[in-house]
Amino acid sequence: MSTPFYVSPQQAMADRAEYARKGIARGRSVVVLQYTDGIVFVAENPSRALHKVSEIYDRIAFAAVGKYNEFENLRIGGVRYADLRGYTYDRDDVTARGLANVYAQTLGTIFSSVGEKPYEVELIVAEVGAAPEDDQIYRLPHDGSIVDEHGAVAVGGNSDQIGSYLDQRHRDGMTLAEALALAVESLSRDTNGSDRQLTAEQLEVAVLDRTRPQARKFKRILGRQLTRLLEAESAATTTTDDPSDEEE
Amino acid sequence: MEANSRSTGRLPAAFLTPGSSSFLDFLGAHSPELLPGNRTLPALKGAVELPHGTTIVSAVFDGGVILAGDRRATMGNVIAQRDMEKVFPADEYSAVGIAGTAGLAVEMVRLFQLELEHYEKIEGATLSLEGKANRLSTMIRGNLSMALQGLAVVPLFAGYDTDREKGRIFSYDVTGGRSEETGFAATGSGSVYARGTLKKIYRKDLTERQLSTAVIQALYDAADEDSATGGPDIARRVYPLITVMTEDGFRRVPDSEVAALAREVIDGRLERPDGPQAQVL
Repeated sequence: MSTPFYVSPQQAMADRAEYARKGIARGRSVVVLQYTDGIVFVAENPSRALHKVSEIYDRIAFAAVGKYNEFENLRIGGVRYADLRGYTYDRDDVTARGLANVYAQTLGTIFSSVGEKPYEVELIVAEVGAAPEDDQIYRLPHDGSIVDEHGAVAVGGNSDQIGSYLDQRHRDGMTLAEALALAVESLSRDTNGSDRQLTAEQLEVAVLDRTRPQARKFKRILGRQLTRLLEAESAATTTTDDPSDEEE
Repeated sequence: MEANSRSTGRLPAAFLTPGSSSFLDFLGAHSPELLPGNRTLPALKGAVELPHGTTIVSAVFDGGVILAGDRRATMGNVIAQRDMEKVFPADEYSAVGIAGTAGLAVEMVRLFQLELEHYEKIEGATLSLEGKANRLSTMIRGNLSMALQGLAVVPLFAGYDTDREKGRIFSYDVTGGRSEETGFAATGSGSVYARGTLKKIYRKDLTERQLSTAVIQALYDAADEDSATGGPDIARRVYPLITVMTEDGFRRVPDSEVAALAREVIDGRLERPDGPQAQVL
């Protein structure tokens, strides 16, 4: 009986983007960094069972922030896509680029279709190469765009601040312990600038390690190994990296 | 690929449907034409000659299990391949050895490996050894119509059970019937002879190295009696393929080690062509 209000397409899209961005901003961040032997994924995640970082294929891993059921669905879709592709062709024919494209198409279609609620997720798809320059990291925001990233990248709640913190300090050829320490440092900075303490129990850490002899390069770093890596580096930073801390 | 890119390029609904952790189930729902069991065979008269894999043996020792196979594939009375590999790692703690129609068997193994890996990735946990053995049963059963037309695949599955902390062996028939074996097992055309040998020389207290030798003895006897099984080929340096599963996972025994063991066995056979003797009483 009444005509619906006219909403301009620009406004409709802006509203949807706003909705998705708010949902993503509520969660904790995930950071992904390249180091000499591969790519390390670090997430603040107290759960041992609900992962934010997972294996997709031999050299490909997936990290996500946002709504769990939505990115879990995309993760399963990605595993199915990769396994089917590897079965039909060959294991070498499964690439992060192909997977990122499919994710981008999926997210883009959902974002712009009026009937569906936009996904409140931001993904990272990374593939470890034979050498650091062959590594690929793709960031996929909620609207279906793809950003090709290098070095270090952050997604989630406080990603802008964490991202710029990482960009200033990340360099090529870091060891795993150094990269991990930088990641933890960046994650423990709050929006208001104060520092929190993150322990091994609150962290989910995984690597794509190109030196692993197995075909599957993905490995979670858990328990004692993680504690050891964190301690090794905190011992080193207190003695060497003091000046840079004072700069802040 | 049609399967992965509809007009919009987005993931088809089947990819995003939660539920099954099985790659086979997913394949059945999304691309049933890729499932080996779904193919229809033309009605055939008489035997078709296709490459066949032959003898696989397996035996447990304290702390693990050995799965080994000869290297020959035959096509009727022709040797189709001399260096075929018939034992494959299924995942980190198990392996599968295949006898029967080589083409179908290799495809089944590929699908089986993928099934285990897929489950592991989706669930974040590995299947129990029994669970793996049951999945293989289902796959063999899916091949039943082909098996009845003469294209049978009969694998032997062995793995280290991380819960029970011991090696275990499962054997199958063409209908997917599964039975756990204690001690040792064999499948394929030379299996009768290989089992006979193991029956006489197998002991529970053999070390990994001794058991590897015993397994080579068994394969040697199988090759001795069965023309479809290949013995150690010194001239071409083709030796049986031996794999070991222990607490540390799957390991393929390097060719150099197998070669050394095989030479010892052959040296022994030069003295006594029928191999080692067991006591009468």
